[in-house]
Amino acid sequence: MANFKVNYREDTALFQNLWVKSWLVIFIVTMLVLPFLLSRYQLSILDEMGIAVIGALGLNLLIGYTGQISLGHGAFVAIGAYTSGLLAGTLGVPFIISLPLSGMTAALLSLIVGVPSLRLKGLYLALGTLAFGFIIEYILFHWDLTRGDTGMAVPKIGTEGFFIETERQFFYLIMFFAAVATLVAKNLARTKIGRSFVAIRDRDIAAEAMGISLSKYKIMAFAVAAFYAGVAGSLMAYYQKWIVPGNFDITLSIAYIAMIVLGGMGTVLGSILGAILITGIPHAIVYLTDALRGTYPNLSNLIVDLKLGIFGLVIVLTLLLEPQGLVGIYRRIKVYWKTWPFKY
Amino acid sequence: MAVMNQDKSLQLEIKDLSMSFGGIKAIRNVSISVQAGEIYSIIGPNGAGKTTIFNCISGIYKAQQGSIRFEDRELLGVKPDRIAQMGVARAFQNIALFKGMTVLDNLMSARVHLMKYGLLGAALYLGACQREEVQNRDAVEDVIEFLDLQSVRKSPVSSLSYGLQKRVELARALAMKPKILLVDEPVSGMNLEEREDMARYIIDINEEMEITVVLIEHDMGLVMDLSDRVTVLNFGTKIAEGTPGEVSSNPEVVKAYLGDEQ
Repeated sequence: MANFKVNYREDTALFQNLWVKSWLVIFIVTMLVLPFLLSRYQLSILDEMGIAVIGALGLNLLIGYTGQISLGHGAFVAIGAYTSGLLAGTLGVPFIISLPLSGMTAALLSLIVGVPSLRLKGLYLALGTLAFGFIIEYILFHWDLTRGDTGMAVPKIGTEGFFIETERQFFYLIMFFAAVATLVAKNLARTKIGRSFVAIRDRDIAAEAMGISLSKYKIMAFAVAAFYAGVAGSLMAYYQKWIVPGNFDITLSIAYIAMIVLGGMGTVLGSILGAILITGIPHAIVYLTDALRGTYPNLSNLIVDLKLGIFGLVIVLTLLLEPQGLVGIYRRIKVYWKTWPFKY
Repeated sequence: MAVMNQDKSLQLEIKDLSMSFGGIKAIRNVSISVQAGEIYSIIGPNGAGKTTIFNCISGIYKAQQGSIRFEDRELLGVKPDRIAQMGVARAFQNIALFKGMTVLDNLMSARVHLMKYGLLGAALYLGACQREEVQNRDAVEDVIEFLDLQSVRKSPVSSLSYGLQKRVELARALAMKPKILLVDEPVSGMNLEEREDMARYIIDINEEMEITVVLIEHDMGLVMDLSDRVTVLNFGTKIAEGTPGEVSSNPEVVKAYLGDEQ
C-alpha cells in the first residue's frame, strides 16, 4: 500500500496509513466480541495478561528506555494495590478516584528510589531498588492497617445499582485501561520525553551536553514507571478482591523484568508481547499436563516443579536465540513479508 | 576565512583557568577570548589540555581556578544542561551519538529544551505537543538539508559509516540552535574528500548561520585555512596566540611540535 507523506504531521502520526488503521479496527472489534466466545477461565487469563501489560509498559519505560535498572517494580504494584484497598475498603472512595490516586501514590513514593538514582548507577541502583522492595514487603506484613498475612478485602467497583463483578465486565474494564496505557506509552516514546529517556540510556554525558536535564528526566522515568505499576496494582486489587503481601514479593518484580527482557527492551510492543508470554506460560503448562493426564497420570504431581523448569528454560532459550526478544522475531517476519518474494 | 563581525564583541572569555586531576595539572592559567562570529582554533600536541578546556566550558569538568564567561554570564559551576541551553553546543571527539536512535531522533533530542509542552501534553499528544513537534521537526529538517543527511534521515546511527557519524555529531550540535559551537577534532580519521566536505560545512555554519566556532584540530592544513585566530597549547599552558600566519612562524610553536634543534 502506498506510503507517501506530504507533511511532517503525517510523518509523525501514530497510525501511518489505511492498512494499519484497518488492522486496528479489526483488533478492536475482535476484543469487543471476544468475551462472548471465550469461557470464564480463558477470560480470566486475558484479564491477568491485561494487568501485566500495564505493569510491563511502565517497567520498560524505566529499564528499556531510560536504562535505569529497577528490581523493586513489584513494590510499586503493591503500593498501588494497597492504596486502592485502603481507600476503597476503609474510606469508601470510589474506583474512579482510587485508581488515579493509587498511581499517584506510587509515583510519589518512587522519589525514594528516583532521587538516589541520580547518584547510583548499574548494580548499585539495582541493589537500592531491591532493598526498597523488601522494605515495602516488610511494612505490608507488619503494619496494623494492612493486616499482614491475613490480607485485606477490596470492595467491588460500582455503586448501588451497578457493580463490575463478572469476568466479562472486568475484561472490558482492564482492556480499556491496557489500551490507554499502551497509547500513552507510545506517545511518550515518540515525543521529547521518550527521546530524553533514550538519550540518557545511550550516552548520559552527551545528553546533558545537549541540554537534557538528567535529574529531571531520571526522576520522571521512575515516577512514570511507578504510576503504571500503581495503576496495575489497583486493577489487580479490585480484580482479585483480596490482597495479601505475598502477592507482591520479589518474584513479581522478577516476572516483570522477564517480561520486558523476553518481549524486547525499549519497545512498546515488546512489553505487550512479553507480558502475554510470561503470564501465558504457566497456564499453557497446566493445559498441557491436563491434556496428557490420560497417558501420564503422574505428571500432575510434578506440575509445580515443571512450571519453574519450563519457565527458566523458555527464558534461557529466548536470550540465547533471540537477544532482542520477541520484537526481534516480529521485525524479521515483517521484513520477510515486506520484501517477499525477493530476498533483500 | 570567515567574515568578521564589524563590532567584534567578546562572546566567550576564559580567564586564568586551571584544572588538575590529582597531581597532574591538565591546564595552567589559560586565558582565551573568542569574539562573536569568528572561527577560533585551539591546537597543540596530544595531552596539551585542549579537550579539557572544552569539557570545562560545557560544564562536564569543574575547573578549580579561573573564570569562564559566556555573553557576560559565568559558566563555572553551572550544570552542563543549563550551559547547553544558554547556546553552547558541543560536537564530541569520540562519537557520542545516541546509538539506539535514528539520525532524525538524534537531532530531535538536541531540541528537547526548545519544546515547552509537559509530561501530560506528551502523554495525550495534545494540540500544543503536536504543533511543537512539527515545528521542531521543520527546524531539524533544515539542519539535515544543510549537512546533506537526507538519505540517512531514518537510519539508526549505529549503521552509518564513521565519516557520516561524525557529520551527524556536528548536525546534532547544530540542531540545538547554538550561538557558539565547540567542535572537537571534526576530521580525525577521515579521508581527503570527507575532510574537504567537513571544512566546507564548518565555513558554511560560520558564515551562513552566523555561529561562532571554536575548533580543536590536529590537521594543520585545515586549521590554517579556516581559522581567524589560533591558540597553541603545550603541557596545559598557552604558548602562542594570533593569526594562523603569526602562529606558524612562532619559534615556541615550532619547538613544541618538532622538538629542539640539537
